[in-house]
Amino acid sequence: MSVRRAWPVGVWLGCLALAAWVALHARYVADLSAFLPARPTPAQRLLVDQLRDGPGSRLLLIALAGGDIEARAELSEALALALRGDREFSNVGNGDSATADRDREFLFAHRYLLSDAVTPEHFTAAGLKASMQDTVADLASPEGLALQSLVVRDPTGEMLAVIDQLSRTQAPRPKGGVWTSADGSRSLLIAETAASGSDTDAQEHALAAVRAAFEAARAAIGMPHAGRVELVMSGPGVFAVASRAKIEHAVVRLSIASSVLVAMILLVVYRSPSALVLGLLPVASGALVGVAAVALGFGVVHGITLGFGITLIGEAVDYSIYFFIQSAGGVTERWEQRLWPTMRLGMLTSVCGFASLLPSGFPGLAQLGAYSVSGLVAAAAVTRFVLPVLLPRNFSVRDLAPAGGRIASRLRSIRARAAIPWTLAIFLAAASTGLLIIARHTLWSGELSSLSPIPAAQLRLDAQLRADLGAPDSLDLVVVSGASLDAALAGAERAARALEPLIAEKIIGGVDSPAVYLPSHETQAARRASLPDPATLARNLDHAVDDLPLDAGQLSPFKSDVEAARRGPLMSAADLDGTSLAAGLTSLTMHSAGGWTALLPLHAAGASHPHIDIERVRLALAAAHCSAQVLDLKHESDALYSDYLRDAMRLSFAGSLAIVVLLLIALKSPGRAARVLAPLVLAVLVVAAALALFQVRLTILHLVGMLLIVAIGSNYALFFDSQHRDGGDSGATLASLCIANACTVIGFGLLSFSGVPVLEALGTTVAPGALLALIFAGILTPPACIV
Amino acid sequence: MSLLAARRHGQVDFVEQHFLAVLKRPVESFGVMTYDAPRRLEKRTVEPRPERLVLDGDEVTVERKGHTHVLELAAYPSLLPFIESLRATLAGDLPALERAFNVDFSGNLQRWTLTLSPRDPKVSSTVSRVRIDGSRDVLSKVEIFEANGDRSLMTLRNHPAP
Repeated sequence: MSVRRAWPVGVWLGCLALAAWVALHARYVADLSAFLPARPTPAQRLLVDQLRDGPGSRLLLIALAGGDIEARAELSEALALALRGDREFSNVGNGDSATADRDREFLFAHRYLLSDAVTPEHFTAAGLKASMQDTVADLASPEGLALQSLVVRDPTGEMLAVIDQLSRTQAPRPKGGVWTSADGSRSLLIAETAASGSDTDAQEHALAAVRAAFEAARAAIGMPHAGRVELVMSGPGVFAVASRAKIEHAVVRLSIASSVLVAMILLVVYRSPSALVLGLLPVASGALVGVAAVALGFGVVHGITLGFGITLIGEAVDYSIYFFIQSAGGVTERWEQRLWPTMRLGMLTSVCGFASLLPSGFPGLAQLGAYSVSGLVAAAAVTRFVLPVLLPRNFSVRDLAPAGGRIASRLRSIRARAAIPWTLAIFLAAASTGLLIIARHTLWSGELSSLSPIPAAQLRLDAQLRADLGAPDSLDLVVVSGASLDAALAGAERAARALEPLIAEKIIGGVDSPAVYLPSHETQAARRASLPDPATLARNLDHAVDDLPLDAGQLSPFKSDVEAARRGPLMSAADLDGTSLAAGLTSLTMHSAGGWTALLPLHAAGASHPHIDIERVRLALAAAHCSAQVLDLKHESDALYSDYLRDAMRLSFAGSLAIVVLLLIALKSPGRAARVLAPLVLAVLVVAAALALFQVRLTILHLVGMLLIVAIGSNYALFFDSQHRDGGDSGATLASLCIANACTVIGFGLLSFSGVPVLEALGTTVAPGALLALIFAGILTPPACIV
Repeated sequence: MSLLAARRHGQVDFVEQHFLAVLKRPVESFGVMTYDAPRRLEKRTVEPRPERLVLDGDEVTVERKGHTHVLELAAYPSLLPFIESLRATLAGDLPALERAFNVDFSGNLQRWTLTLSPRDPKVSSTVSRVRIDGSRDVLSKVEIFEANGDRSLMTLRNHPAP
């Protein structure tokens, strides 16, 4: 290797080292911010925060099914005990009586701070009389009898008021001492993980901990029926772990399968293992440079960029195939002069397509653009400047020119009847366009869930468990932010007050608020200040009991309790620890860098009004001057995804225009440009129509797949075009196109069987599209003018 | 007991008087009680405030002030003497009675008295005993004595056929 020839290798190695250093020091994020516009609206920011770290995202719904109720109750107790001792879980609820006892104690001790009946009027003679009249009536009722031992301490019925306040939030019903589904077939637990829902590793660990604790509990109990009890889990964490496992499984399985197949083909063709390895250099270099470019340009690299970027530069695998096969016989200089310009134009075409993603308002799309552009340029440069130098001296691939030649003669005979291919093409284009126009309203899926790899059965189970548990689906939320937890709670109280008229109007069925569990300091202080001093209370009480059957002399415990509350401290979040109220509070509040957020899930007003009129809710909040936001999570996430899709479509269209302009300039002939473009357009049209025919709703991944068809197919079309100019098909070039196409079809074709929607979308689009692009490019090239 | 067990359905008016230490004079309530053999007992209070309590199987449903609460009987043992004593007696279900109470029967078929003392110490710490008076298959009086000296007396009267 001469010094002159060695310099590209030096530059290459230097660049690789630099890129590797940048990639190693880059910050990788795997959250949903890739889908968040660079300048999100507050609602969009909230949506993503919700999905990523929201309390709902940490909720684990656990059901014990099968066996008999005693076995399930005992298992539920054992499981709850084990999980409560595990630091991975911040809260575990199963409806057990120990927690219920603690709850009762806490509520009773803090009843004067918690009850919204506590006002100054409540403790006047008239107020006391009214509430004690009620209590006397309670005493005559069965439930009152159960509570009557409390009467001397709580004659105003504050405990019942607090219980009523809390029970407005639906809770599952206990059976056998633990929460049980309405049909009695499942025992239920709720566990909240300490780690955020977006931390999939931690979620996976937590799930494993639940399974281990369950197995241990089942083994320890060893009742004859315990063995038949099964553990069922659902929740966002379960989904995240399952989809990651599914994607990983599919990716590993498929990449092994496709690597083996492609390697076998290339080994047969190259007859050289070292060529096989060399052939990977362009794409590997491109991938590394792509990551480095994204890291330098954006500061962070999104997981989605790594995931799909590598498939986007799959075209780079073809580069080495073209080089090896087309330069067979050691005539690399000739390849550099004659075929490299064509490949370079093909690469530039793809770059034009992908560069259109760069200005996207969504970092996820912009990064995909930056990654593919830099990756493709790097891969092409390595193919052109580095591979020729590294090629072993005795390198020779199987001469495929004869095989290619046979294909060429076939093509010639087809093209000789020029009318047939073009008629076919026009017919296909017209039919596909017609089909797409008919299906235009149902062509694209506007729902984010279309990308979800969660099977419908799992989603049904989730809905069932949520219904069993009365856990909020959190689809409609009022969101109040504050600088501190207390400020957020105060905001939540104002918002809940503003929404009260809507409950009466049956616009909403109700609203949950974290302030029910922990009122704001202001509210607590106001309630405490409503409590009269002992002398006033004694005086008012004497007046109040005048016409009541109650004996004021017996009520001294009440007086001392009121005095204790009047002098006692206000509650803070820490006081709730160990009670199920803590779970209620944490599940409805969120702490982030910017402060605290209180979440107020809205309930629909019964089955007859399943949908909440969000506009009315907004108006009611605005009228009360609440700075609260209303969030319809499903609507927001679908709207966000639709924006994302629309952005991608708009940019892809711009990219297509850029490709047309590039070809017009480079080929210097509208006719040639049209001939190069025709097979690509046709391939995309036919694939889109076929997908519509099979009633596949197109997603953003299908769009990315179509970009790939154009990127890969443009190489085919340009090679045919250049051969046409050079006076006919070269067997070697044709063979290289067929081999490259076979590798692409195998690689993407296997993705169609992955069972993961995003990968299937790519596979079912690119595999047939690439094949069609090659066939169309082959038959639509006019008969050679010079032979 | 077998006479009681033979009754499938019954409806009676009740008047209940509560004698509590905290009260200067007893509080009275009245309403209608319905029994459907063997598991369902409904107590509908009309005055002083409309309320409904249904014991069906192991589940207690309480409707008061527009709210409905569903409780599990086992989780609220304190409710046992107030309702299970009645239901089991109405059902003629001696084994069920004996599971929860020490049962003492006195008198004759025409005029009998059933005295129930809760077995569960948690229950007996609030309710010391329940006394049920009756004649043949008809209950006439249910008196509940609480450990703290309070007591309630329920007088039952056949409901005029609707």
